[in-house]
Amino acid sequence: MFHDPVFASRMLTLLTLSFHIIYATIGVGIPLFIMIAQWLGIKKNDDHYILMARRWARGYVITVAVGVVTGTIISLQLALLWPNFMELAGNIIALPLFMEVFAFFFEAIFLGIYLYTGNRFKNKKTHFLLLIPVAIGAGMSAFFITTVNGFMNAPQGFDIVNGTLVNVNPVLAMFNLASPTKIAHVLAASYMTAAFILAAIAAFKLIKGSKHTYHKKALHMTMKIGLIFAVAVALIGDFSGKYLAEYQPEKLAAAEWHFETGEGAPLLLYGVLDENQEPKYAIKLPYVLSILAFGSPSSEVIGLDEFPAEEQPPLEVHYYFDTMITIGMVMIAISFLYWLGSRMRYTFVESNWFRWLIVLGGPLSMLAIESGWWLAEFGRQPWIMRGIMTVSEAATTSDYVGLMFVLFALLYLILGIGTIVILRKMFANNPLEKELAKVQSTQGGEQ
Amino acid sequence: MSLEILGISVLWTFLFGYVILASIDFGAGFFNAYSILIGKEKILSKVIQRYLSPVWSVTNVFFVFFYIGIVGFFPKTATYFGTILLIPGSIALILMAIRGSYYAFESYRAGHKGYATMYGIAGLLIPPALSVVLAIAQGGFVTIENGTPQLDYFALFTSPLSWSIVVLAIIAVLYISAVFLTWYADKAQDADARDLMRRYALIWAIPLIVAASGIIIELRYHNYMLFENLLNLWWMFAVSFVLWALTTWFIWRKRSYTAALWLLVGQFAFAFFAYGIAHYPYLLYPHLTIHEGFTNQAMAISLVIVFVLGLALLIPSIYLLLKLFLFDEEYIQGKKE
Repeated sequence: MFHDPVFASRMLTLLTLSFHIIYATIGVGIPLFIMIAQWLGIKKNDDHYILMARRWARGYVITVAVGVVTGTIISLQLALLWPNFMELAGNIIALPLFMEVFAFFFEAIFLGIYLYTGNRFKNKKTHFLLLIPVAIGAGMSAFFITTVNGFMNAPQGFDIVNGTLVNVNPVLAMFNLASPTKIAHVLAASYMTAAFILAAIAAFKLIKGSKHTYHKKALHMTMKIGLIFAVAVALIGDFSGKYLAEYQPEKLAAAEWHFETGEGAPLLLYGVLDENQEPKYAIKLPYVLSILAFGSPSSEVIGLDEFPAEEQPPLEVHYYFDTMITIGMVMIAISFLYWLGSRMRYTFVESNWFRWLIVLGGPLSMLAIESGWWLAEFGRQPWIMRGIMTVSEAATTSDYVGLMFVLFALLYLILGIGTIVILRKMFANNPLEKELAKVQSTQGGEQ
Repeated sequence: MSLEILGISVLWTFLFGYVILASIDFGAGFFNAYSILIGKEKILSKVIQRYLSPVWSVTNVFFVFFYIGIVGFFPKTATYFGTILLIPGSIALILMAIRGSYYAFESYRAGHKGYATMYGIAGLLIPPALSVVLAIAQGGFVTIENGTPQLDYFALFTSPLSWSIVVLAIIAVLYISAVFLTWYADKAQDADARDLMRRYALIWAIPLIVAASGIIIELRYHNYMLFENLLNLWWMFAVSFVLWALTTWFIWRKRSYTAALWLLVGQFAFAFFAYGIAHYPYLLYPHLTIHEGFTNQAMAISLVIVFVLGLALLIPSIYLLLKLFLFDEEYIQGKKE
């Protein structure tokens, strides 16, 4: 299979994106929490929050470093693996790509300044202000890159007349129909995942016997903000479904195993496909798909039968869809129970079994991010630019992609292990108690 | 000035910025690893880390900027270079990935031999991997078969020209970095580090000029058009040579290192732009020119507008960064953390 450059290119892109998205999600999400913690620290005059911001920022740097290199890799692989796509894309959608570089540039500069100026400013607020461009730069990066992905799903802003590209309008291409829901979904999901990863760390420390209020404050803050973003992700996800039903019905139909166009469409949850490609063991909720897609039980939802077989996305995207929404719902439930439990002073909130659930929530949220992207990317097949260019037309003809896959797989293994080892060492060598004592002895929150 | 010339000039300038910044970065990484391995780490590590820590991620952005810019302004480069660069490009990417992440890893385990060696060596291998693109772009190694470009690896790897470019890339990295760090160590009032880096700078000065001249001579046999164009720009190379001689003289006589650093930047600027002008109008000789490869007007204009707005945002930010870390004597001398 790896002798086929198209297949090998798809697999290498899958590998790189699946690895990069872990770091990208952390890279977009964490700065918001560093900022909130630092702000709370200044406002409440509480060293715990200042230290929280500093410790998170320190770990964040490692993930940014790896995210920078994997981001460089994916952007160059677009040209190395999909040269024909990149030529067309360069002509129409280069604008947000270009803007993304500036946004990241901006973020990188201020992150560098923030990290290495711990005690150079007399006023603590000046140091805090440096975080604003970091968080904005990270958010804008996600914004611009996601518009490019939106464009691949809903290409617009150009005409093709007799095989030549005319009337290119880069701004129209950038503000394509797929982007609003996609960007909102990506940003909210990044903040949600960052919150639950930080919560998982705090919960883990509490399970391991740390009685420190530092961890309780961290857990409390991240779970509450996590709940808000988890609900936001679900609401935005609903809009994404409505967008798909209207403009990209084949993706929705494949995700929901909705084969025949019809009114009052049922929603299928879970289940597997048998040898005849028929769903088995699925939970069937009558009318629900029509309601979700258009807001009324009688509305007509387009099924896969409207599309020729070679233009249908693979049916396994249903599994990614199920994984994503199940985790999303579970995370809303866990964070809601946490919020309710702490408010009503229920004891289960402080129990180990519940904290283990929170610990599990961190990796689960990341899995939901991965599933969401697999749904988005496999669900666009066979197109790389929907209706304009297929992945086979876009791919390189080089015979060595399979070999490169092996090399990059090894690289990601090394980077992944390296990240974990370094993060563990970093915090093991700087235990909280020691650092807190140091902060308090040098009065206030200065480094 | 037409938009394509404006575009390529901006991109070439950014590439020049990357060459200088990355050379400092890669060379410093190598010297750091080398000094740790031969047990001189106390002399160098501190100076190197004070400079590298705040700017490492910025250097990388220059590279990405050049890449995105060239695909934006000249989309056809994606099909021409994307197809043939799969292997050299992937190797360069892997090296950059190892270097970037191990740099970050090492900064938390300062003096860790394994990490320092990893990123030191990776850094020295990246310039050859990237500079191969220059060898390919000047022509002779690419044929078009059935409309897709094919790279003749055998010809590329047996050509004395590509190896000369590789050698020049490595020497340039060591030389640029040594001159910069001499200046930086001098600012830091760290006499031991300064003397060591000064010695490295002098060691690499002569090989640099020999390697650079060698390439021009080899081009005579490889690409006569480019060779002739280069000869027509002889005065730019003459200026570059004089600047090189002055840099070396300043360093030799231990005179103003600041002047030496700026002369060095000037020397490379003249040589780099002379090469770029001689290459005009080809992006990939003889298959692709900047005129054929140029994007549509609407995209070109919007990219230029975004570029201007982007610079308006970036220049003050970069100024702040430089002011805090590069031109703040107290920081350099380690009086501020």
